[in-house]
Amino acid sequence: MIRTHVLVCGGTGCTSSGSVAIREALVKEIAAKGIADEVKVVGTGCFGLCALGPIMIVYPDGTFYSMVKIEDVPEIVEEHLLKGRVVERLEYYDAKTEALIKEGKQVGLKDTNFYSKQKRVVLRNCGLINPEVIEEYIARDGYKALGKVLTEMTPETVVDTMLKSGLRGRGGAGFPTGRKWMFAAQQPAGKKYVCCNADEGDPGAFMDRSVLEGDPHAVLEAMAIAGYAIGSDQGYIYVRAEYPIAIHRLEIAIKQAREYGFLGKNIFGTDFNFDIQLRLGAGAFVCGEETALMTSIEGKRGEPRPRPPFPAVKGLFGRPTILNNVETLANVAQIILNGPEWFTAMGTEKSPGTKVFALGGKIVNTGLVEVPMGTTLREVVEEIGGGIPNGKKFKAAQTGGPSGGCLPASLIDTPIDFDSLIAAGSMMGSGGLIVMDETTCMVDIARFFLDFTVDESCGKCTPCRIGTRRLLEILDKIIAGEGTLEDIDKLEELCTFIKSASLCALGQTAPNPVLSTLRFFRDEYIAHVVDKKCPAGVCKNLMRYHINPDLCKGCSACSRVCPVGAISGEIKSPFTIDTTKCIKCGACMEKCRFNAIEKI
Amino acid sequence: MKTLAELAALRDKARNQVAMREGKAKTKIVVGMGTQGIDAGARDVLLAFAKELDKDNLFETAVVTQNAALAIDGKLPVVEVYEDGKKTATYVNMTADKAVKVVNDHIKGGKVVADYTL
Repeated sequence: MIRTHVLVCGGTGCTSSGSVAIREALVKEIAAKGIADEVKVVGTGCFGLCALGPIMIVYPDGTFYSMVKIEDVPEIVEEHLLKGRVVERLEYYDAKTEALIKEGKQVGLKDTNFYSKQKRVVLRNCGLINPEVIEEYIARDGYKALGKVLTEMTPETVVDTMLKSGLRGRGGAGFPTGRKWMFAAQQPAGKKYVCCNADEGDPGAFMDRSVLEGDPHAVLEAMAIAGYAIGSDQGYIYVRAEYPIAIHRLEIAIKQAREYGFLGKNIFGTDFNFDIQLRLGAGAFVCGEETALMTSIEGKRGEPRPRPPFPAVKGLFGRPTILNNVETLANVAQIILNGPEWFTAMGTEKSPGTKVFALGGKIVNTGLVEVPMGTTLREVVEEIGGGIPNGKKFKAAQTGGPSGGCLPASLIDTPIDFDSLIAAGSMMGSGGLIVMDETTCMVDIARFFLDFTVDESCGKCTPCRIGTRRLLEILDKIIAGEGTLEDIDKLEELCTFIKSASLCALGQTAPNPVLSTLRFFRDEYIAHVVDKKCPAGVCKNLMRYHINPDLCKGCSACSRVCPVGAISGEIKSPFTIDTTKCIKCGACMEKCRFNAIEKI
Repeated sequence: MKTLAELAALRDKARNQVAMREGKAKTKIVVGMGTQGIDAGARDVLLAFAKELDKDNLFETAVVTQNAALAIDGKLPVVEVYEDGKKTATYVNMTADKAVKVVNDHIKGGKVVADYTL
């Protein structure tokens, strides 16, 4: 006789801010009040608004509580669950829902700007079901697509449906999923493999993790469908060991699916057999590359190899293999159930469907959003993302992580889809979207990503191993204020070589952050090498702190906070900074109440 | 799991675990649960509604929730039934037995129990 469900996020973000303890406290408190058989506490996957965690939602009204603390639990139980008084101080609201609340309307999650603009296909079950209970997935039409495929469709019609849907790989490259399946299906019968790429490595991207944590069965079901389509009986999920919650939920999901017979022998009474095993990666970025990933599953060092032969012909253990990304697979069952026309009705002509983005950087709503392809960058940043905090101006957005590039403010109305991003010199990548404001230095950003690729280069081919290191050295030189105009030319030339000569996508795309910042923010590079200035005031060697004598009241607050004793002066007359001693930590600037300290 | 029919049966059985979270139920029963409402027996009324809805598997049709602000002096406990596109029905002096009748006649039968309304 359950009348209320209390959903508590159990994704990685909320777990790290203490949601597990909150869930336990909630269960205890509910029992203490004697309402345990009326109120059910459910641990779910990610709701998306990770910056506001721990998140709690109370149904049937859908009341949305954010940043809940363990001390808030008794009040929530006593006031809300027992008496129906919403604990207003914990309610999340934005400008839109605030207006609705003023009109006396009850608002829920779906009314907020953050959610109302989203279209949830991949994330349809995330934050709604308990990922550790297979029945909740089944209640949401889970495994119906697998049943339909096995009992009513031939492998050819399954491949055909995927071709018609136009689904493109969400891992980054955007290769049509149906064609991948078709190539593998066309190979002579024999051992074939279905692999799932859950080796999400882009800094700031966590959409695959959230799907695995929030809706693991969607991935298992899709892999079984793929197995039937290409004639495979064995699947592998390659997931990084750094995702312990995702691994735990996958293990539970695989066990439950076997118990129900969705995995194993003679699935749905047919002669189709399929099973899935997990393979844990150690977190090397290169293992997200398909050939390196499969080499790693084979138990060897994760290094890429030249293609062709493509994996569809000769992949894992030398057998035909398909490799699909987690987010790609999460679309499959929905396409089978709703038809390819339903899918192509969303998004753009060449990029149908939706895309999940991990919004990060200088943005109000940090978290996970799913929007139809073709949504403009402006809508994502300003409406769903809530804009830039502290009244700062939007400068650029980095898409595609270390393999992608940036979109400057002039391109903020670009529709986000595979082809528009490539035309703008960036790429979709796995969907990391890092927003930058005017205080971000673009040379520094390029350096940040390059530092990452230098670290993650596997070292097999020379252009990537040595080329990226040389790139990083030139960038370091520019940031140190020792660069020349020739260095900028050298950067560009080297980028072209690395792009064309590297063995795999890691090296081929590594120069992208440099090339795209050069394309849109060349003036910043020139300011660094010619004027020896960092316009954003980030590069320490190119800026210094200065006390404006007209504003300084001589209060000595700055000199007291300076860790190296670089500031001196007499009380009530302007202080000065000894730039030879200053380490540019910025502590004085934060302390000054008169805005007398400036970066120049 | 051998057939689609078997899966469909399992799905229907599992529906009540998630239906409430989808917000599809068109009818919302709100029980006034202020301190005085609880004194007058509102919790029994709330539980009677929950039990009745559960018994008849009405989880896709109606949900029951509480609101502390809902009260009418001297006529507690108060219950309001909201339906999309229909006039809100306000029931007063409610009891657990009356709740059963409201579920049967109003929620299932579509007829407001005029004897209990304001």
